[in-house]
Amino acid sequence: MIRGAPVRSQGPSGDGTLLELSRPGRSAWSFPVLDVEPVDVPHEHRRDRAPGLPEVAERDLVRHFTRLSQMNYGVDTGIYPLGSCSMKYNPKLAETAATMAGFAGLHPLQPDPTAQGALELLWRLEGALCEITGMSRATLQPPAGACGELTGLLIMRAYHKAHGGSPRRKILIPDSAHGTNPASTRLGGYEAVAIPSTDRGLVDVDALAGLVDTDVAGLMLTNPNTLGLFEEDISRITDLVHAVGGLVYYDGANLNAIMGRTRPGDMGFDIVHINTHKTFATPHGGGGPGAGPVGVVAHLVPYLPVPRVERAADGTFRLSTDEPASIGRMHGFHGNFAVLVRAYAYVFFHGADGLQEVSELAVLNANYLAAAIEKDFPLAYPSGRPMHEFVSTASALERETGVRAVDVAKRLIDLGYHPSTVYFPLVVDEAMMVEPTETESKETLDGFAAALRQAASEARSDPHLLHDAPTTTPVRRLDEAQAARHLRLTWRADPPNG
Amino acid sequence: MLAAVGASSIDDLFTQIPPPLRLERSLDLPLGVSEQEILADLGSLARANTVGDDLICFAGAGAYDHFVPSVVWALAGRSELYTSYTPYQPELSQGVLQILFEYQSMVCELTALDVSNASLYDGATALVEAVHMARAGGRPRILVASGVDPRNVDTLRTYGRGSGYTPEPLGDDDPVGMAVEPDVAAIVIQHPNAYGLLEDVRSLAKAAHDAGAMLIQIFDPTSLGILSPPGELGADIAVAEGQPFGNRLNYGGPYLGMLATRIDHVRKMPGRIVGATSDVDGRPGYVLTLQAREQHIRREKATSNICTNQTLMALAATIHLAWLGPEGLAELGRQCASKAAYAFERLTAVPGVEPAFPGRAFFKEFTVRLPRPAVQVRDALVDRGFLAGVPAPWAGEDALIVAVTERRTRREIDALSDALSEVLAA
Repeated sequence: MIRGAPVRSQGPSGDGTLLELSRPGRSAWSFPVLDVEPVDVPHEHRRDRAPGLPEVAERDLVRHFTRLSQMNYGVDTGIYPLGSCSMKYNPKLAETAATMAGFAGLHPLQPDPTAQGALELLWRLEGALCEITGMSRATLQPPAGACGELTGLLIMRAYHKAHGGSPRRKILIPDSAHGTNPASTRLGGYEAVAIPSTDRGLVDVDALAGLVDTDVAGLMLTNPNTLGLFEEDISRITDLVHAVGGLVYYDGANLNAIMGRTRPGDMGFDIVHINTHKTFATPHGGGGPGAGPVGVVAHLVPYLPVPRVERAADGTFRLSTDEPASIGRMHGFHGNFAVLVRAYAYVFFHGADGLQEVSELAVLNANYLAAAIEKDFPLAYPSGRPMHEFVSTASALERETGVRAVDVAKRLIDLGYHPSTVYFPLVVDEAMMVEPTETESKETLDGFAAALRQAASEARSDPHLLHDAPTTTPVRRLDEAQAARHLRLTWRADPPNG
Repeated sequence: MLAAVGASSIDDLFTQIPPPLRLERSLDLPLGVSEQEILADLGSLARANTVGDDLICFAGAGAYDHFVPSVVWALAGRSELYTSYTPYQPELSQGVLQILFEYQSMVCELTALDVSNASLYDGATALVEAVHMARAGGRPRILVASGVDPRNVDTLRTYGRGSGYTPEPLGDDDPVGMAVEPDVAAIVIQHPNAYGLLEDVRSLAKAAHDAGAMLIQIFDPTSLGILSPPGELGADIAVAEGQPFGNRLNYGGPYLGMLATRIDHVRKMPGRIVGATSDVDGRPGYVLTLQAREQHIRREKATSNICTNQTLMALAATIHLAWLGPEGLAELGRQCASKAAYAFERLTAVPGVEPAFPGRAFFKEFTVRLPRPAVQVRDALVDRGFLAGVPAPWAGEDALIVAVTERRTRREIDALSDALSEVLAA
């Protein structure tokens, strides 16, 4: 079934950077003839040596970037089954919406009466996100999930300071959590305390009961959790934290599993962030931009960031900054607005029925794929039924053949597929975390499962195929140790001031 | 498919959710619609905003109406780049990785600094990250010059609540001979500043360095074809709002946080960094490097919590910068500076309109004092089709900051000036 690499570069070869394409005097730019008197900046401020930007014709840069794009894999190329990332196919209608002139040309400091459409969009989107999550109000300002986490933690600080004077000291986080949780915790001025998982992959509630005290500001959790399992004791967990006056934070990374089926607010969560770029389909652009709106329950609304969108009695909208208890501003302007336009398009295109179906198919696809590969890659926690993603392990295969999860991943590339997440979560040995999403067809899932089974079979018969993989890509395995040891972070052999 | 997983219905897949937590109703949202209907809805929302020729943009204050060449999104929009994820599988991601490497290279060329990361959220949060880098050395305090945009300071104040600092005003506006206390980690200056004015960065950098503190400069990337770069002015960390390269106004985002620094600080730098290396056959290639700084490895000891960033905006900026080249960037700066100078002459010739900082040099933005509250005048000019600028209430209710990019024409500037005369005469 060998299919060859899913990326390849066409046209004449050319491994160089833009700098190597540069020829003195070549250019792509054009500006109108200056129609006013030319003015120069004062001598003491003037740059005396031009920056070393490349000099290329438009033709050169079009071919350069086109060639580079061919060396890249995107969700439009094929399945991108990265656990914890929700890499679903994104409908193109959202792009049409986000690039409408009335949105793209809008200055963030325009007076509110000239931005009523944008404000109404934000207002409606906030309402929809609150309904989906069971929250009272939300801020759409955080530009990514990690920033949403910090927003939530700063809200916790402000809340505790207003209720008892101390922000408290600790945040409880499951040991399987994503790295942004502890990193945000420290930035929020808190100490991260790990909650152990049980051998079923769930929060150890008895251990949690021993950890909660009045020094605990809150707990951060995603549900389904990072292993793709639903925390069945969630009500007991949230009760334990509430009993000591703490708040419970929902990391929305896995919201794609539960829409229309259950809501964080109903589980007892007080603060929720949503990765709109995961759940509500913004193309990831090679790593961003995203958006990380944060919803809160009623008694935390005063602490939400400013500015906020408010609706007046006459139905007009305005940005409000006059909120004395607010934690302040999390972004230079109003967040990643054009990403939020895409989220709006996605949410209202799918509607109540469509969003529920998204989650149902996401869970069905994950369960189907998990079953199709479990003989070779068993679930790390087989006692629970996975939701929208699952964690398998290659540890048995590794013991038997010496082939590791990374080798399987690289072999998948030669077989035509983007691999799953590997070595995350950290609590699972030889982890392979798979999230097919709702947008993949049965044929694609069958093909991906067949490729995984083929890789497992080859691990036993021809392990070199896995150890040497990939062999069909523009480059093969890269030396990361060399990259970190001999830093080359720009195209200059010697840094300008080195 | 259900049979393959041992389920008889979709409901069987959700039985782990305890019954009391199940949502036993539909979400209270409209039902799904066709593409045609959702685009009609969004079209009507878009049309409820006043933009473009209906509201000629002289507003700046951190977001600028620059020209974005067609080639930028024709290439950045290629779906192999546009729909890719963070390049954790480098063999499938050489396109994005090489473009980020070229981005880092061009940011270093622009700023005359040694290293750049692969993007942050926006200019304001890039400043936050720079401050956190400076404070990692152990000194606690952060001083902020008076010309730093208040939105930047507000953002810094919010993040400082978690990290345990409060940005303090620098106080003394004359950097020559200034004494800086030994517990100061960094001084922050914006050049050109929030009023558009050019600052004496060199003297402030000297004062900071004499006291062992760092200098953080907020720069305007469109100025660096004609203005001295941060690295030559003595900045240790330079940050910017990179929106003008490749991004439309978009009501404030997504924009691009730029951050560059000297090589000595590279291990304290936040965010993703791309490095050049070679593969097992010796072929050159690119990978994410120094990942031991990042949250997915270092967790609570990471230099930052940033994960999702603004890669796509960095790709767009790379293409835009390559389109400009050194000559185009210089021409961009000259056009902005010249048109702003012309607008300054025209507007300050209107009776009652005064320069807020007479005699001070500026780049593409300047501040005027109006004989009436700036908000009132701005609103009256909206009715005449001009977004005349951004009121600066922190500098007085009569202060208006006016920005002039290369997109503005002499005719538009003349028309703004005439409209301002009429409004003030009324």
